[in-house]
Amino acid sequence: MNKMLKLSALAVAGVAFAGMTSTAQAVDLNVVSWGGAYTASQMNAYHKPYMKMHSDVKINSLDYSGGLAEMRAQTESGNVTWDLVDVVLSDAITGCDEGMFRPIKIDEEMAKAPDGTPASKDFLEGTLLSECFVPQIIYSTVFAYRADAWGGKKPTTMADVFDTKNFPGKRTLQKKPVNNLEWALLADGVPLGKIYDVLDTDAGKDRAFAKLATIKKDVIWWTQGAVPPQLLADGEAVFGTGYNGRWFSAIAEEKQPFAMLWDGQVLDIDGWAVPAKGKNVNAVMKFMKFATDTQRLADQAKYISYGPARKSSGPMVSKHATLGIDMGPHMPTKYASQGFLTNFAWWADNGDEMTERFNAWLLK
Amino acid sequence: MANDTTADGVVLAADGLPLKASLTRAMRKSRIRALLLVTPLFVFVLFSFLIPIFDMSMRSVDNWHVGTLMPETTKALENWDGKALPEEPVFAALMKDLKAGAISREIGKVGTRLNYEKSGLRSMITSSARKSKKVKEGPYKPIVLKMHKRWKELETWTVIKRNTSKFTIGYYLNAVDMKYDNKTNDIVMQPEDRQIYSTLFLRTFAISLAITLICVVLAYPISYLLATLPTRYSNLLMIFVLLPFWTSLLVRTTAWIAMLQSQGVLNDLFVFFGFVDDANRLQLIHNLTGTIIAMTHILLPFMVLPLYSVMKTIPPSYMRAALSLGANPVTAFVRVYMPQTLAGIGAGSILVFILSIGYYITPALVGGTDGTLISNQIAYHMQTSLNWGLAGALGVLLLFSVLALYMIYNKIVGIDNMRLG
Repeated sequence: MNKMLKLSALAVAGVAFAGMTSTAQAVDLNVVSWGGAYTASQMNAYHKPYMKMHSDVKINSLDYSGGLAEMRAQTESGNVTWDLVDVVLSDAITGCDEGMFRPIKIDEEMAKAPDGTPASKDFLEGTLLSECFVPQIIYSTVFAYRADAWGGKKPTTMADVFDTKNFPGKRTLQKKPVNNLEWALLADGVPLGKIYDVLDTDAGKDRAFAKLATIKKDVIWWTQGAVPPQLLADGEAVFGTGYNGRWFSAIAEEKQPFAMLWDGQVLDIDGWAVPAKGKNVNAVMKFMKFATDTQRLADQAKYISYGPARKSSGPMVSKHATLGIDMGPHMPTKYASQGFLTNFAWWADNGDEMTERFNAWLLK
Repeated sequence: MANDTTADGVVLAADGLPLKASLTRAMRKSRIRALLLVTPLFVFVLFSFLIPIFDMSMRSVDNWHVGTLMPETTKALENWDGKALPEEPVFAALMKDLKAGAISREIGKVGTRLNYEKSGLRSMITSSARKSKKVKEGPYKPIVLKMHKRWKELETWTVIKRNTSKFTIGYYLNAVDMKYDNKTNDIVMQPEDRQIYSTLFLRTFAISLAITLICVVLAYPISYLLATLPTRYSNLLMIFVLLPFWTSLLVRTTAWIAMLQSQGVLNDLFVFFGFVDDANRLQLIHNLTGTIIAMTHILLPFMVLPLYSVMKTIPPSYMRAALSLGANPVTAFVRVYMPQTLAGIGAGSILVFILSIGYYITPALVGGTDGTLISNQIAYHMQTSLNWGLAGALGVLLLFSVLALYMIYNKIVGIDNMRLG
C-alpha cells in the first residue's frame, strides 16, 4: 500500500515536471479583447497568422467588457494572468499613470513602416498619447438614424439631432457625460475647435447641460454597445449614438434601413497595453511587434470597419473579406474633418465631477 | 452492581473507566465530527464573503496614498499652518517625492486620490511628476509653481495636507452627499447639482418596499390557491410558478423589454383594442414602471414559496370550525386564517425586500434614469470610475441600513416568527 502511494506520488511529480519543462518551451499568451466581431477580426488578422509562423506560441483569446477594474485587481493581488490587453486610450493613460502597464519604446520595440519610416512617425498624429499604449485602430462614436423616419427629410448636422420639432422621435445616447456634453455644445453653435475651451468654464458646463436638457425627455439612455442598433431596428428610437463598427454591421451586413450622420463624430483610439507585471513580457512584445505592423493593421480592416492607426496601412485597405464591399467609405478616418478627438486630459481631471453632476442631472 | 461505582462514588462505565470521562470523550468526538462537517462551509464563507467584505469596508476609510507615496512632503507639511503657501523646504520635499514617484510609476495613484476631492489635481500631479525628471537644482519653489497653475492655489495644499492622514471619512461624506470645504476644512453639503447618493438610497428603499408590497398582494391569492387545490391541479400551477424561477435572469429581463417597449407586445395590443392611440404609446420600460414590473415578476416566487409552505400546514378544519361556530367567511378568513399565515408573509417579505435592495442587473437594463438603484452606482464605481473607496463606503452604508432594518423587524415582528416552511 505504502509502496503504491510512493510510486504514484513519484509518477505525479514526474508528470508535473514534464509539464513544467514543456511550458518552458511553448508559451501561452493570454490576449484580452472586447469579444464579438472585433475579437474575430483580430484573430483573423493577427493571432492565426502569428501562430502559424510560431508553432511554439499559443494565443488564448479572452473577452472582457472594458475598464480597468480587473486589471487593477490582478496588479494589486500580484497575480497577473493577462499578457496583453486591448484598451481604449483613456484607460491606457490612467493605467499607465497608476503603474499597471509597462512603458513601451515605440521606435525600438515596434516595427518600422515598409519604407523605413520609424514607428513613431508612422502612427497617425495625436494617437501616441500614452507611453504605455500602441495604437491599433481609429474608431468613432457617431450618430446614425432611421432613414425612413421623416419621409424625405434627412438630418445633416448635430443641431438636427437636438431639433425635436423637425426630427421628432426618441434618441438613444450613452449614459455618461463624455461626448454628450461636447455634442450639446456643438449643437448649440460652438465650433469644433473651441469645444473644450468652452467646457472648461463654469458657464460652458451650464450651457452644455442646459442644451442637453432640451432633449432629456426624448432620450433613452444605453449602457451596452449592442443596445442602440437594436433600439433603432425595433423602431424604439430614431437617432442613436454607437460605435461606427456596429452601425456598419447593422447597415451592410443586416441591411437595416439606417444611415450615418458623420457630423460631430468623436474619434477615439483603441490599442494594446502590456500589463507591467505580466509573466511573458518578452514573448508578448514579439507578438505585438508583428500585430501592429503595416500589413497586419491593413488586414484587420478587411473584417471590420475601423480605420488602421498607421499612415502606411491606409492605402492598403481593400475590400471586406466576405461581403466584397469597398471598405474605404466606411472608415471613420475618411470623415475625420467632421469630427473631433476627445480631450483625454480634460476628462481625466473633470471626469469624476462631471459624472456625478451628470447622474444628479439625470435624477432630477 | 457493586463494581459499577468506586469507593468514592464515581460511576464507572462497562469498560471500567469513569462514566463521566468516557461521556466527555464521546461528546468530544461528536463535536469534532460536527465541526469537521461545517468546516468546508465555514472556510468558503470566510474566503468568499467575510474577508472580501472586510477588505472592501477597510478601503472605505483607507487613505494610504499620500502618506506612503509622498513621505517627504507629508513630513514637511506637518508644521504647515495652512495660512499661506508653504515655504521652500516643503517644495524641496515635494520635488523629491515627485521624482521618486515618476520612477516608481506610482505617483498617478496620488493624483487619482486627490482628484476625488478637487477636480484638476490629477493632471497637476501627473504632469508635474513627468516634468520633475528634468529638474536638476533648486530653489524648487519657483520651479514647481511654474509647473502647474494649481500649485499656486492655497486650496491645493489644504487638500494635500488633509490627505496626509492614514484614514479618511472623505468617502463616507461623499456617500451621503457631503464634502470638505477645501478652503476652511469644514464639512459642508455638496452643491445641489452634485447631490445624488442620498436620493438614490431613499429611492432604493422606496422601490424595494413597493415591490415587496406588490409581491404580497399578488402572491397571497396564488399561494392560497396552490395550498387548497387538489394535488393534481396545484402541481400544475406550481410548475407555472417555478418555470420562470428556473429561467435565466437575463432572459426574463430581456423578455420584459420585448413585452413592454413602445413598439412591444403590450403596446401593440393596447393600440389594437383602441385603449391608446398609435401616436401616444405608453412608455412602460426604461423607467421606474419597467423596473417595478420586471423586478416584481422576478422576485414573486420568493414570496409564493414561503407563503405556500406555511399555508400548506394550516389544517382546513380550522376554517370549517370557525364557519360552523357562526363566523361569516370574511371574519373567519381575517381572524382565523390570516394570522396563521403571518409567519409566511414575514419570511417572504424579508426575502424579497433584501434581495431587491441589492438588485443590480434588472434595473441596469430596464431602469432608464429614474428606475436605477444604489447598487448600479456601486457597480459603476467598482468597474468604471475605479473609486473603490467610495464603492466600499456606499456598500457599507447599504449593509448597515439593511442590518438596522432587520433589527427593527426583529423587534416588531420577531425573527422567530418567521417560517420558511
